[in-house]
Amino acid sequence: MRRLWWRSLPLRVLISTLGLSMLLMVLAGVVLLQQATAGVVAAKKSASLNEAAGVYAFMQAQLRSPENRGVAVHEALNRLADLADAQAAQYRVVIEGPTSRLVSTGIRSESVPTDLVERVESSEGMFVTPTQVVFTDPGVAPEPGWAIGSALVGATGERYPVYYIFPMTTETQTLRVLQGAVAGTGVALAAALALVAYLVTHQVVRPVRRASQTALRLASGELGERMAVRGTDDLASLAKSMNRMAAQLQQRIRELETLSTLQQRFVSDVSHELRTPLTTIRMASDMIHDSRYALDPLTARSAELMHSEIERFDAMLADLLEISRFDAGAAVLTLEDMDVAALVESEVAAARAMAEAAGVPLSLQRRGRDTTAMVDSRRIRRILRNLITNAIEHAEGRPVDVVVAADEHAVAVTVRDHGVGFEAEHAARVFDRFWRADPSRTRIVGGSGLGLAISMEDARLHRGWLTAWGRPGRGAQFRLTVPRDPEHDLSASPLPVIPLDDDQLEVGR
Amino acid sequence: MSDPRGKARILVVDDDAALSEMLQIVLRQEGFDTVRCSTGDAAVAEFRQARPDLVLLDLMLPGRDGVAVCRDIRAESGVPIVMLTAKSDTADVVAGLEAGADDYVAKPFKAKELVARIRTRLRRSQEESGADTLTIGDLTISVSSHAVRRGGMQLSLTPLEFDLLLALAKRPSHVFTREALLDEVWGYRNSADTRLVNVHVQRLRSKVEKDPEHPEIVVTVRGIGYRAGEPRA
Repeated sequence: MRRLWWRSLPLRVLISTLGLSMLLMVLAGVVLLQQATAGVVAAKKSASLNEAAGVYAFMQAQLRSPENRGVAVHEALNRLADLADAQAAQYRVVIEGPTSRLVSTGIRSESVPTDLVERVESSEGMFVTPTQVVFTDPGVAPEPGWAIGSALVGATGERYPVYYIFPMTTETQTLRVLQGAVAGTGVALAAALALVAYLVTHQVVRPVRRASQTALRLASGELGERMAVRGTDDLASLAKSMNRMAAQLQQRIRELETLSTLQQRFVSDVSHELRTPLTTIRMASDMIHDSRYALDPLTARSAELMHSEIERFDAMLADLLEISRFDAGAAVLTLEDMDVAALVESEVAAARAMAEAAGVPLSLQRRGRDTTAMVDSRRIRRILRNLITNAIEHAEGRPVDVVVAADEHAVAVTVRDHGVGFEAEHAARVFDRFWRADPSRTRIVGGSGLGLAISMEDARLHRGWLTAWGRPGRGAQFRLTVPRDPEHDLSASPLPVIPLDDDQLEVGR
Repeated sequence: MSDPRGKARILVVDDDAALSEMLQIVLRQEGFDTVRCSTGDAAVAEFRQARPDLVLLDLMLPGRDGVAVCRDIRAESGVPIVMLTAKSDTADVVAGLEAGADDYVAKPFKAKELVARIRTRLRRSQEESGADTLTIGDLTISVSSHAVRRGGMQLSLTPLEFDLLLALAKRPSHVFTREALLDEVWGYRNSADTRLVNVHVQRLRSKVEKDPEHPEIVVTVRGIGYRAGEPRA
């Protein structure tokens, strides 16, 4: 119910309008009817009083007229009652005769309220009071009316109370018709108001809905989308604002796109411009380096230094260009179905010479049969190379273990060393660019400081994870997890990031 | 050999004067004869005149770019083309390979690396071993005459494509990984760019397959690599 209420603005406006207008109509109707009733009743009262006064005067005169002198009072009153009966359409009379009560046909004497009777009996004058007219016919319901009472004075001075009953039959009918008319008008007006409200909201809501649809389309990338502007009203200004916003957005996005392509072009151009002279320098250095034995010792050493530093410069330039390519969003995956374990094997084999030179035992363990995944082998190899060389560099002569495992959705590789390790809180920072655990530590082995940052970008490009674990003095473990299909998000890795062989951890438990 | 002394001639197409000179110094020291051309526009004419045994082609050239030059040379000759590129992981490399380049060397390269690549390509295109006839799918390979036939029709393959097909045909039941093919055909001892294999397999298929969408000669083995199609009568 609540949901329905908040779902449609026109419905809300419609129901509110309908409710409020109904309330107003009822109030207005009640006031109107009350005033009309009061007016009609008051008018009837004065008309009845006038009439009654006339009739009373006539009756009084009749009673005292000379021709009635001889007639018995009873008789005379009877005659008067009969005369009054002839006017039954307007009023009825009740006369308290000396012996009996004379009542006009059709009504009962209960129609005269007792307080009126008391007042007439106790004092002179004419009194008026509202009453319920009770009819002799039990099928006819009592009707409101006016009762006017006074006393006829006989020739001898005795008092005969007389009551004139004016039923408000026609007035009640008129009021009833009026009530019906008011109710009908009210309902009709409310309905009309509701219709008007609906039409108005519709007129307002339709452009708003159009605006919302346009905004949605803009958000989904259809930047050419615009609203139709009609007239100069608020809705037109809404449409205009929307269109201006869309145009601004489109322009900004175009600017950014141009910027991005410019950036990519720049990276690409820099790469070409720097690499060509570097190639020449490198070839020249190679040549000098190759013939260094023919040079004097100082020049030969210079040639060696130049040679190794050119190598380092080359590696750094390559890494810098790689990272700027990621920043420019220019890095693209070349996916193919690859056996990740085979890639690991080949990278481990390639790192063996380095491991032997560093005196580090390098082991490879393979778990799970099918370790194929959709990957960019060049990037995966780069990650693995990075992790393995890093591990060997920091292993301090202790073993480095590489494990490959797979489950239904992912393939994971862990590279574990038992070397220096790092503080637990540095686990995320090791992927930062140019990050060093100990800034004062001298760099013995090469590396641009971008290796892990590039690996992280490569892993992200595969929608995979690259996670690090480390403890000072207990070594480190890096884990790469890639989904078998990059379309699927990773939810778990086949290998834990915290190494199971961590002795300290076992003791700690 | 176009040179009477038996030296292989290499056409160096590069706009950078210093690099060209350095390349020529290194190549001459390694016993090659070199010819230089500095623009893309003149490259094809120079190629026709010099008739080199191998072309070293920079991808970024003033005038006609390297990819277009590569396509033009490939249109009239199967001569080995080795690209020099500063942009190793962009679409340029694939475009160059698709235009017919056999191999590429990414700048900045080592002199030894370049010479090794050149020697591999020259050796491959000169290799003459055995005189036997091999079959792969419905193709017949004549190793001695470097010819591939379907029925009576001879297919025109570049030396590299011939080597690639021959490598597969020599071991019909063996499934080659891309890395193994890189070693076998391109002479890469360890990891290299598998796009080389992918592009050249596509180029080879477009020439030898009846329907390149459903290859029967060079068959893909999912997750591993390629193998030769079953021989048919």
